[in-house]
Amino acid sequence: MIAPTLLAAVGEVGEGFFQERDSSSLPCQAKPDEVFCFDWARENIDRFGTPTVQHLELVLFSVLLGFAIAFAISLLAHRTAWLRPPLLAATGILYTIPSIAFFFLLLPITGIGRTTAIVVLATYTLQIIYRNTMLGLANVPGPVKDAARGMGLTERQILWRVELPLATPEIVAGLRIATVSTVAIATLAVFIGAGGLGTQMYGSGNLTFPTSIIIAAAIAIGMALLFDVALLTVQRLITPWRRARLG
Amino acid sequence: MSSFHPVLASFGGAIEFIFTPQNSNVTGGQQVGGFEKAMELTLKQLEVTVLALALALIIALPVGLYLGHRGRGELLAIGLGNAGRAIPELALIALVAALIGVGLVTVTPALAILGIPPILTNAYVGVRQVDAATVDAARGMGMSELEVIRKVELPLAIPTVMGGIRGATIAIVATATIAPLAGVETLGDFIINASIYGEDGRLAGAILVAALALALEGLLALLQRRLTSDGLKLQTA
Repeated sequence: MIAPTLLAAVGEVGEGFFQERDSSSLPCQAKPDEVFCFDWARENIDRFGTPTVQHLELVLFSVLLGFAIAFAISLLAHRTAWLRPPLLAATGILYTIPSIAFFFLLLPITGIGRTTAIVVLATYTLQIIYRNTMLGLANVPGPVKDAARGMGLTERQILWRVELPLATPEIVAGLRIATVSTVAIATLAVFIGAGGLGTQMYGSGNLTFPTSIIIAAAIAIGMALLFDVALLTVQRLITPWRRARLG
Repeated sequence: MSSFHPVLASFGGAIEFIFTPQNSNVTGGQQVGGFEKAMELTLKQLEVTVLALALALIIALPVGLYLGHRGRGELLAIGLGNAGRAIPELALIALVAALIGVGLVTVTPALAILGIPPILTNAYVGVRQVDAATVDAARGMGMSELEVIRKVELPLAIPTVMGGIRGATIAIVATATIAPLAGVETLGDFIINASIYGEDGRLAGAILVAALALALEGLLALLQRRLTSDGLKLQTA
């Protein structure tokens, strides 16, 4: 009963996929009680390659786009105090709209596919990155800025050489939250025909066959963890003074 | 400018779908959509959201407040918050449907799982942030530990605690949209079963889901203002 609607929802992504699965008659797929079917997993692990790469691309593009926009508006709000409340409210509203609804609100404008998915996922990260960047900039102690001014730095130099480096931990913390959330939410991109790991959770067409869902979920969680560790490592590398102080 | 016309037409069609039943694409003579159906699905989504949120609150709020009060379990409280964000919503709902079963009884706890991490983490952080001297003063006045939590720590932590509840609500109401995959007919039905409801129905579903999420967020923002003590408001102003 679910199958035809699934085909419609996943569009071009799901169609070839369905037949592949149905034509291969595998033993433990037939047993509905099986939670994880290792035989199937061994034989079909290849099919997760493309969705994983698609997922990775979705996350990378949307977080980079989101970061670029959020960083720019943070700098703008940093200089122009009256912009802060409206920007916080605007990013908050965009954050509140559920991604899956957002996909279809944008559909008449940007159509089916990756563009819509990336725009929505990027929009979702704005609030988190904007809020953390502003928090980081606000946490820079006043005396430090005074000292920089006393040394003859211009406002622009203070921003790039003093405030932003000191705000890096908060900025990266925001980026980590945004990235990990985006990896999870990008699974919903299957609904707008943008591929990704969601195709192996839902496009598999058979909700009573959990093996595919579990593998795809494990890849997604692993990807989120890797991104998290990578960003933390980058933060350590670009803020050597913090290690010096702790050590 | 003319390229905007079809966009406006799509949204017009969706609005029409919400208020008056339309002819279905597939079922020929049958009518789909309309105000009654839209309200029925909206209420269902609201119901499952409120139930899941309540369940998450009952579990996460006391634990978060207690851990924050005792200053224990930081790893658990913070780690859970971080780990919770990595749960792929689609996999959660699909797995629950596949392994445990469909219906309100299984979907509600599944959605609650998404709400627990932000509530617990924020309750913990909020209480931990309360000045230790303030807590000492409360103890000196003869308050019991429970009274310290209820009358001092919780009121001071309200902005952070409510932040967690709002985050949980957004996650739950968003994921309730895919609940039809697990047999609970929410507004997501319009979106997921587009072959029945058509393009207008899908867009109508998206509009209603967005409106519902924004309404809930607005309500909670109001509630937060009501719950925040006047003293705290003066401080932040």
